[in-house]
Amino acid sequence: MLKRLAAGVASALNTDYGALQAHEIEGDAALAVRGLTVSYGGAPVVFSVDATFPEGTMSAVIGPNGAGKSTMLKAALGIVPRLSGKVEVFGAPFVDVRQAVAYVPQRASVDWDFPTRARDVVLMGLYRRVGLLGRIGARERAAADAALERVGMSGFAERQIGQLSGGQQQRVFLARALAQDARLLLLDEPFAGVDAATERAIIAVLHDLKAEGRTVVAVHHDLSTVRATFDRVLLLNVRKIAEGPTEEAFTEENLRAAYGGKLGALALPAQDAPAASLH
Amino acid sequence: MSALTQALTLGAGYNAALVTVGAALLGGAAGSVGTFMFLRKRALVSDALAHSTLPGIAIAFMVMVALGGDGRNLPGLLAGSAISAAIGLVAVDLITRHTRLAQDAAIGAVLSVFFGFGVVCLTAIQTMTAGRQAGLETFLLGSTAGMLYSDALLIAASAALCVAGVFILRRPMTIVAFDAGFAETSGISVRAVDFAMTSLVLAVTVVGLKLVGLVLIVALLIIPPVAARFWSERSERVMLLAAAFGAASGYVGAAVSATAPALPTGALIVLTAFGFFAVSILFSPHRGVLAQIVMRRRTSVRVHRRQGLLALAKDEPIYDRMTLAVLLREGLVRPDGVMTEAGEAQAAHASRDEARWRVAAALFEPAALPVRGDPLIPIDGLFTDDQIAVIDAHLAGAKGA
Repeated sequence: MLKRLAAGVASALNTDYGALQAHEIEGDAALAVRGLTVSYGGAPVVFSVDATFPEGTMSAVIGPNGAGKSTMLKAALGIVPRLSGKVEVFGAPFVDVRQAVAYVPQRASVDWDFPTRARDVVLMGLYRRVGLLGRIGARERAAADAALERVGMSGFAERQIGQLSGGQQQRVFLARALAQDARLLLLDEPFAGVDAATERAIIAVLHDLKAEGRTVVAVHHDLSTVRATFDRVLLLNVRKIAEGPTEEAFTEENLRAAYGGKLGALALPAQDAPAASLH
Repeated sequence: MSALTQALTLGAGYNAALVTVGAALLGGAAGSVGTFMFLRKRALVSDALAHSTLPGIAIAFMVMVALGGDGRNLPGLLAGSAISAAIGLVAVDLITRHTRLAQDAAIGAVLSVFFGFGVVCLTAIQTMTAGRQAGLETFLLGSTAGMLYSDALLIAASAALCVAGVFILRRPMTIVAFDAGFAETSGISVRAVDFAMTSLVLAVTVVGLKLVGLVLIVALLIIPPVAARFWSERSERVMLLAAAFGAASGYVGAAVSATAPALPTGALIVLTAFGFFAVSILFSPHRGVLAQIVMRRRTSVRVHRRQGLLALAKDEPIYDRMTLAVLLREGLVRPDGVMTEAGEAQAAHASRDEARWRVAAALFEPAALPVRGDPLIPIDGLFTDDQIAVIDAHLAGAKGA
């Protein structure tokens, strides 16, 4: 118990330290992984990946099913153990700056019948600031409602999360990340099972966050929306295939290398990816 | 009967009163900590844990006798049970983490092996030290008979400590149960919280062995939370309610048991808990079976009324007997199938509503639609007058074109 309280105090002190660090390495990486390798006991599912996500950018992590996209994010955050490799968040070990990071899990991994309302989920993003025993007061509730408002969900604070549509559920989790006031947001397939209008609404919020200088990294599946939505991509298939600004790295050649024969079935929008840009 | 009333009002003697209060505290602790095991989907771990206590009880008895002490010393027996339960837990954890076996298989294997071994030990004790083993089998189903003052005090105090522990850890336990990945990234160690949660279950189980018995303690950990879940969509309230159900079960069960010492206490407590469960599953206002039946019936009537009105508005024949019955009962059609005046008005209203709904979804972002997927709700109250005007203008324009 005391240990946990002490850790809370230490991390509160670390916030300033983290901000200072970030200032010193301005324009540098929000998230950098080097030689990241993950195995669930057998062959590696992510092998020796180097990747850099610069501050203030919005990046897509793309690749075929089983390419290790989600695993890479989880390993970067220590949710799954890594076999080897190094992770730096704003130039510091993740544990020192975790307050600056928000993680939005895959929708499929959540128990939607859990007895919790939209506002309660958002409040989870504030518990770190309030502390283990601190009271959740009017101020916290107002902050949570403001976060819900920002994602267009203010009318749904009292709803049990299972009574929301897929897109609404996704926005509640985005509101939790907003409440955390994180500078780096990692989202695992935020657009899976979400209709087009909601996808646009979520993207608008993410673009706002980017405009504020925050960094967004999203595991993404829909190749047709990559160009319009993300300014950087990381192409992954266990190993890193390519990374960089979308116009440089999101090429047919790289996609073929990542997806192999499976790309034939994936219709790349021709007008969106003109052949000229490949050369 | 007056003896029962006396026991229920804590008037059946100081010792009986202390046991009853202890059982209530134990029930409260079990209900609240059980809530988090239930929400974490680990409810059955507590079953493996409970059954793993038996060898520990038997071996502790043998050790204490061998050392020349009293084999029935409760703290000694409980310490033994805690050690063997912890070994059982570690076994489940190792099997789950290092093999491809699912947790339920690991639980089944550990539970039966430990229990079997415990039964062998008990039998060995019976042949070894005839006459002195009396009482050990009460750990199977629980008993208040012959409980010492110090035993009751131990149970009550430990149960109170468990309640305090659950209260302090409720937030991290909720977050870990809901979203372990998020918990880990925000600095809550999932392993540490899981360990604390399991330790609380272990404590409740060990403390409850004497009163409830190892076979039934799991029921006290699972039934109150499951019953409480029917009444609230908020985890804190589910926990408080589960604690209340558990406490009431412990209180009533122990009081009844004080008047009928032949009945096993654990069984009485669990049957009381089942009473709460039965009432909850039947009568809870939203999730209960009756509420569900009523809601289905209401929706069905609303759908048939609406479809019938829309058919009438379009002068289409109605064949569905349920639809006809609904319209007839509400005086919207005459027995010969012709619309009444009220029916005509409502049919016009329904078809206008339907047309408005159709354009409403197209005109306003789905996010702005106040109610998801319920087109049967009258649209007037849901949108502002301005919005309705926009919708109607759109409708008029569509007709003109």
